[in-house]
Amino acid sequence: MRYLILLKATRPAGPPPPDLMEAIMALGGEATASGALLDTAGLAPSAAGARVNVYGGKLSVTDGPFAEAKETISYALYEVRSKDEAVEWASRFMSLHRDLWEGWQGESEVLKVMGSEDFAGPA
Amino acid sequence: MTATDPRRAVETVWRMESARIVAALARLVRDVGLAEELAQDALVIALEQWPMTGVPDHPGSWLMATAKHRAIDALRRQGRYREKLELLGRATPDADDPDLAAAMDDYVGDDLLRLVFTTCHPVLSTESRVALTLRLLGGLTTEEIARAYLVSESTVGQRITRAKRTLADKRIPIELPPPAEAAQRLASVLEVIYLIFNEGYAATAGDDWMRPALCEEALRLGRILATLAPAEPEVHGLMALMELQASRTAARTAPDGTPILLQDQDRRRWDRLLIRRGLAALARAEGAYGPYVLQASIAACHARAARVEDTDWRRIAALYEVLTHVSPSPVVDLNRAVAVGHAHGPARGLEIVESLNLPGYALLPAVRGDLLAKLGRAAEARREFERAAAMTQNARERALFEARAAALR
Repeated sequence: MRYLILLKATRPAGPPPPDLMEAIMALGGEATASGALLDTAGLAPSAAGARVNVYGGKLSVTDGPFAEAKETISYALYEVRSKDEAVEWASRFMSLHRDLWEGWQGESEVLKVMGSEDFAGPA
Repeated sequence: MTATDPRRAVETVWRMESARIVAALARLVRDVGLAEELAQDALVIALEQWPMTGVPDHPGSWLMATAKHRAIDALRRQGRYREKLELLGRATPDADDPDLAAAMDDYVGDDLLRLVFTTCHPVLSTESRVALTLRLLGGLTTEEIARAYLVSESTVGQRITRAKRTLADKRIPIELPPPAEAAQRLASVLEVIYLIFNEGYAATAGDDWMRPALCEEALRLGRILATLAPAEPEVHGLMALMELQASRTAARTAPDGTPILLQDQDRRRWDRLLIRRGLAALARAEGAYGPYVLQASIAACHARAARVEDTDWRRIAALYEVLTHVSPSPVVDLNRAVAVGHAHGPARGLEIVESLNLPGYALLPAVRGDLLAKLGRAAEARREFERAAAMTQNARERALFEARAAALR
């Protein structure tokens, strides 16, 4: 089963510590080598993006940046055997941020991608 | 929000880490069975301690370190500790030496590769190779393997026990194969992974819940192998073949379970991510023509055709022609007949079919019936579909052949 993990955080001033980047690369390599990580990438600040809305029957486009306190920093797509495994991978990445970037705060959303198991009849 | 349940945490981390732990221990104690026992000890310790102490910050490392200590204790009991340390290049024996853990971790990738070559060793029966690989590399329980293969737990348990004993009795070293054996040994590993995939994909047995799990397990093992042995084109070929076949999973059965043939599938339901990954894996194998690369190339022709009428049958027929030389089998010939029938007309396909001898294989009369029907020879075609329906063991397949026969009246 697949899970999409969205990492959200406030963008602190200054670049991330090199140690953190190195650790993230190492953990990403491990997740790929173990067959779990299918795809991942960092996301540019929302100033580079836009929103396309439909409200009240009207379609409109709003350029970034978006007003939220937190920005979506990266996404990762995993294929794992349970939600717990996806949560464990997310926890490992969050632990790295906690340990290697003082004062960093954020959240990872672990979202299940619909798969054949979601359409199966009652067991 | 709920706190992490320690028991679930142990089980999750165990599933994720057990292969690496068993692999690292197997190198130290030189025995797959003992390595698994020691790793299990670490699991038991975690199950006892984590509910009291809470889940450690780095649960995977915790399990590895605990298992390592069990291994060192076991080696010490066997009087082989000093010898092992010398092997690892350590001068002073110290059970708590953090460098020893580092030395173990450094070899983790190779350890896994050594382990997979051992669990897939040709000295073991095919069934044992599959069971032992699912158990040690996949971290599946005996019960899960039994459910997947519709056999009893005790049967699976015996296969695994026998496999471990055979490896020990025949003194099979846990190591990468010597160059002279490398190709044959790799073929054995690939065969085991593809057998696991096909058991899930072809659904000859097992309950519905475990079948997709077997496919995913095979994909996972394949991805691991592709990282460990990136220079082997056939590894990427197998990976491409499995990803491309798996991309059709959602489209290949109707909601009631009836199989939907490739030409009738709703291609919009094919998994684009798996197709993209499959084509990328195939590109990595470019220039090689082993059996898996060729089969993946054929699957890629289908994946690239947005509509069934866009299928490049000439290329598929040519690839099957090569495959009949690389990996000759009557089933490959039959598939070539189908492709030639599409590419160069049903009469040419029928010529190939008439030369084949596949006793008891229901798809032979079914293909012959299809080609005859296209040639307008309805009465002969109907007889062939009736024969196919009488031969198959699969109820859904029988219904399909009977429907084709009835349509030709």
